[in-house]
Amino acid sequence: MKRLILESAAIVQVEMVKLVRDPTEVISRAIQPVLWLVVFGQVLAQVRGIHTGQLSYLAFITPGILAQSVLFSAIFYGIAVIWERDLGVVHKLLVSPALRFSLVFGKAVAAGFRGILQAVVIFLLAIVMHVSLNADPFAILAVLASVMLGSGIFATFSLIIACIVRTRERFMGIGQLLTMPMFFASNAIYPLDIMPPWLRVIAQINPLTYLIDALRGLMIKGGVSVHGYAVDFSVMLGVFAFLLFVAVRLYPTLAE
Amino acid sequence: MNSTQPETLDGFAINTSALTRRYGKLTAADCIELRIPYGEIFGLLGANGAGKSTLIKMLTTLLSPTSGTAEVGGYDIIRSPGEVRRRIGYVSQLVSADGALNGYENLRLSAKLYGLPAAERENRIANALEFMGLADSSRRLVRTYSGGMIRRLELAQAMLHRPSILFLDEPTIGLDPVARRLVWDRLLNLRRDLGMTVLITTHDMEEAEMLSDQLAIMHAGRISVIGKPDELRAGLSAEQGTEATMDDVFVHYAGGLIHEGGTFSGVAQTRRTAQRLG
Repeated sequence: MKRLILESAAIVQVEMVKLVRDPTEVISRAIQPVLWLVVFGQVLAQVRGIHTGQLSYLAFITPGILAQSVLFSAIFYGIAVIWERDLGVVHKLLVSPALRFSLVFGKAVAAGFRGILQAVVIFLLAIVMHVSLNADPFAILAVLASVMLGSGIFATFSLIIACIVRTRERFMGIGQLLTMPMFFASNAIYPLDIMPPWLRVIAQINPLTYLIDALRGLMIKGGVSVHGYAVDFSVMLGVFAFLLFVAVRLYPTLAE
Repeated sequence: MNSTQPETLDGFAINTSALTRRYGKLTAADCIELRIPYGEIFGLLGANGAGKSTLIKMLTTLLSPTSGTAEVGGYDIIRSPGEVRRRIGYVSQLVSADGALNGYENLRLSAKLYGLPAAERENRIANALEFMGLADSSRRLVRTYSGGMIRRLELAQAMLHRPSILFLDEPTIGLDPVARRLVWDRLLNLRRDLGMTVLITTHDMEEAEMLSDQLAIMHAGRISVIGKPDELRAGLSAEQGTEATMDDVFVHYAGGLIHEGGTFSGVAQTRRTAQRLG
């Protein structure tokens, strides 16, 4: 266990050094949520066409936009992995005696820290837009844990896709193909109960739905988790464990 | 500095038996038989696509063989890949140092992944940087390094945990003659000071002759010939009745493909590496 922690921490440290040295990606990724909240959210709030219970529409979509930000940021993690493969960095990592699990898990945790930066941006934006946020410290910690978990899920999923498609060009196509359907087939910008039945079925098997559900209950004052936190976190942990299992087996094939 | 010693020095550093790798109908490495003693620098030559990189990938546990067996440092590459990895260092044909990190940070990552104790880590990194002549540039981003400096940094990473066996896949590709000679000097020092066994692949006949105690030439996935460079030259000279050079030896045993071999991806990769180092 100590070995796993030390090796994963080494991977996280490298990713954080790179992030601090070149924060361009984090800054550019912060622009999209601003557009969704300030433009899309405010306009649709005027329409009042979507019933969101006790929550204002802006409050309703804030966790959805945070989850979207986490998804979009993490899902392109695979491109960095393909780049590392092309450079030979992956070969160097795989020839070391480090556990394959540590290498994959370290990447997932590093994606989690990037996700937390996205969460900070959305929290600040929500405060500026007078969204009623839950200030309970335990709830905030739980939000950060959810964001870490969600980032880990989508970054590991992204790594699996990278191991399968192996080129940046193919990855870009697949990435675009996955992110928007995952976003729209979730409860990010409208509740599950107004979806047509077929879309609701897809949304129920979409891990993004459970991340948003947990965030909505934890982050927004008066927000509730429809599925319950136990279900939300169990689904996310289960999906993460499964994806890690697959990724640990596929990651070494990148160096073949 | 002492090298991490293998379980026993009685056997071979690398010992393969009928080691084979197939990709569908293509046999990239075909029944390879190699026995490399400890402490030797062994050159592996062959045209692009001859199977050198496939063989190195199998011996470094990056690729599973289709059939056959191999022991590296006394450990089976299939049954004990973790033990093999602890005993080897590897410099890939690709440029594996991370350009977004500085030299020190690259070495720190290797030190942690190889589980070097925290108390020893800084000392080992400082020694490795000094040994490779990079101490003054250790805090510069690697993307600002010259090609020769990058290769020396990669050698420093590969030797940091004091492996008993070093695998170098075309380590001087794309380097100018001065940088190449600096890498050679460091390699010879590594063997002299640490007693490391080195398996090196190259296209450069001068490099092969200058560094190798023994060399093997591969052609179409098979080993065509193994021997000491001067013995190979003498053998071919006697066979042809004229004084043979190492280039002649290569052309003779590599199937006359000195300028024709290689796949599209292999050539593209070589050029990318040369471009990055250049």
